[in-house]
Amino acid sequence: MDRESDSASLPARPAPWNDPRIRAIVFQVLVTAGVIAVGIYLVRNLLHNLEVRGISTGFGFLENRAGFAINQSLVAYDESSSYGRTFVVGLLNTVLVSALGIVLATALGFVVGIARLSRNWLVSLLAAAYIETFRNIPLLLQILFWYFAVFLNLPPPSEALAIGDSVFLTLRGLYLPRPVPEAGFAWTALALAGGIAAATFLARWARKRQERTGQRFPAFLACAGIVVALPLAVFSATGSPLAWVLPELEGFNFTGGLSVIPELGALLVALSIYTAAFIAETVRAGILSVSHGQTEAASALGLKRSWTLRLVIIPQAMRVTIPPLTSQYLNLTKNSSLATAIGYPDLVSLFAGTTLNQTGQAVEVMAMTMAVYLTLSLLISLFMNWYNARMALVER
Amino acid sequence: MASAARHPDLPPPASTAGALGWLRQNLFDSPLNGAMTLLAIYFLYLVVPPFVDWAFVKADWRGERSEDCSRAGACWVFISVRLNQFLYGFYPVAEQWRVNLAAALGVAFVVPLFIKRFSLKQWLGAAMLAFYPVIAYYLLAGGSFGLAPVETSKWGGLFLTLVIAVVGMVAALPLGILLALGRRATNMPVLKALCVAFIELWRGVPLITVLFMSSVMLPFFLPEGMNFDKLLRALIGVALFESAYMAEVVRGGLQGIPKGQYEAADALGLGYWKSTVLVVLPQALKLVIPGIVNTFIALFKDTSLVLIIGLFDLLGSIQAANSDTNWLGFSIEGYVFAGCIYWVFCFGMSRYSQWLERKLHTGHRH
Repeated sequence: MDRESDSASLPARPAPWNDPRIRAIVFQVLVTAGVIAVGIYLVRNLLHNLEVRGISTGFGFLENRAGFAINQSLVAYDESSSYGRTFVVGLLNTVLVSALGIVLATALGFVVGIARLSRNWLVSLLAAAYIETFRNIPLLLQILFWYFAVFLNLPPPSEALAIGDSVFLTLRGLYLPRPVPEAGFAWTALALAGGIAAATFLARWARKRQERTGQRFPAFLACAGIVVALPLAVFSATGSPLAWVLPELEGFNFTGGLSVIPELGALLVALSIYTAAFIAETVRAGILSVSHGQTEAASALGLKRSWTLRLVIIPQAMRVTIPPLTSQYLNLTKNSSLATAIGYPDLVSLFAGTTLNQTGQAVEVMAMTMAVYLTLSLLISLFMNWYNARMALVER
Repeated sequence: MASAARHPDLPPPASTAGALGWLRQNLFDSPLNGAMTLLAIYFLYLVVPPFVDWAFVKADWRGERSEDCSRAGACWVFISVRLNQFLYGFYPVAEQWRVNLAAALGVAFVVPLFIKRFSLKQWLGAAMLAFYPVIAYYLLAGGSFGLAPVETSKWGGLFLTLVIAVVGMVAALPLGILLALGRRATNMPVLKALCVAFIELWRGVPLITVLFMSSVMLPFFLPEGMNFDKLLRALIGVALFESAYMAEVVRGGLQGIPKGQYEAADALGLGYWKSTVLVVLPQALKLVIPGIVNTFIALFKDTSLVLIIGLFDLLGSIQAANSDTNWLGFSIEGYVFAGCIYWVFCFGMSRYSQWLERKLHTGHRH
């Protein structure tokens, strides 16, 4: 009945052991202390163990001579190079296979994802079979399959599968003609760069004019013409300054030309096929997320089916597709580390494998390897976040 | 003259009904579609008959040695001779009943949980979590109760794959839930930062480096002379790795719970743990069951990576069998066999998750 005295009899604040704020602080202090204690314990063990085994700490080992050969390297490398150099070689090989894999998997994934939605029953069924088969088999199994059962079962160099006398496929790898630019080729490269710049400018101008006046300009054809025709014209005008070195069978193997080692081939095929199955699903989900009303509205406006797809559905579908697509790219990059199972010289196999075994610097090597993957992950997600922000819905 | 009598309906034109109509509508409704259909049929013709020929018609099923295979088709003798190794690894044959018993017990515990009318689910689930790991451990590892000890280095094949997958799942889910709750604890910035750092660290690196770390780096961090089992180290690595992914899935579920639910729990006077366990988590986990199952599928596929640190799981034992000099050249059979087993498990789980998603899609949205 007497509210005043009632509320007065309640304590203004709960007892300290019941106060959420104090509890939170105590809990956090305890957790932090625990983490620090465990950390100190581990580091002390580590220092003690390193001392007992006579391993020096620090990154000095990176200067030492590595002394082992690598079968694929994008920069100059030989046995007298340092461990620091093997790190660079491994990193570049990881980046190479990830970049190629992302391009191939995206292309294949988009095709399969669209095929999955096709009105054609058979095509859609085939796409579904593809997705369900490759998504549900471990990637490592697929990599081993492609390497040991397919690429290493190709014919030896003496019986190589050949296309003309320029492309050869053997169990030692794929051999392609290598272009060698001669004097004057720089003009063609310059023309290509100029063409791309001009085309970008033209496309931007055409879009602005269309937005302002509604007049259309065949920008796509014009740009393609500039990018292709200009360098071609310069190329023939300067007398085709490009030679091709063909691979030739010498003894037991091919020499000359451009070679793709079978490890790269197997890894690339397996990574692309596996990731494409996931990308296909994200593409399908993205397209399905655009409501049917959008398609109907586009038809009501009189847009052709191809325009509906290009101007209405894909821009909206991309918004839903990009976040999961990012994580697929990240997965592909991280999965490229499975290279170590078939001996493709990527970062994990070269650095966390061979280098670690030879130097015994487990802590430094693992820390550097993990730091690289963390940085790559961060870079890809930053880029995709930026792209996502650009594509996001612009609202008033 | 007009007639008011209604004519019977004419049958639909032959081209729109029946098999022909279906063909027209689904396969040949435009020239482009027709061309694609023909292309698809040609592709199937190129792939399917040779595969059936290889896998079934010309395959060799019976025999003991590699000479028993004609090599015209698949040599399933390779699988049947080594089936025991693919399933149990090097587990002594006389003791394999223990593996079977552990598996049967596991199934016996789990199956009632999926029966709708079974009313003691919570009790059974709790009993399972409390007792099954202990029973299974003593049964499989032995060393007491009159069972001969079997070192984990002899564990292998599908059995090892399942051990890693099950232990990883059971350990990763609670750990992931705790991490997700920690990441959502806005009133505890230090704890939140620790959880975020833990989750992002594991999610940013490949599982392989985690396994490498557990096999080469962990011994450095332990007191001198103390070392534990290779399998246990791999299990810890897998569990920590998957718990980070699980945490992100659970976080998605936590974010999907409207604020009103938290406030209602507060209004009822529930404390943090009570409101979390009784109100928030049941709804949040239900929202993300498909995501959890997907994480399990990924975990199941990831178990194959342990072959790189020298454990002989299903894929590892296949790989070891492929390098047997008496049986060279049968790697395709081995991979196809392993692929089928993995596929059945993963496809089964994904279908189950889709079924659950439909079943749990009760009201709430739209």
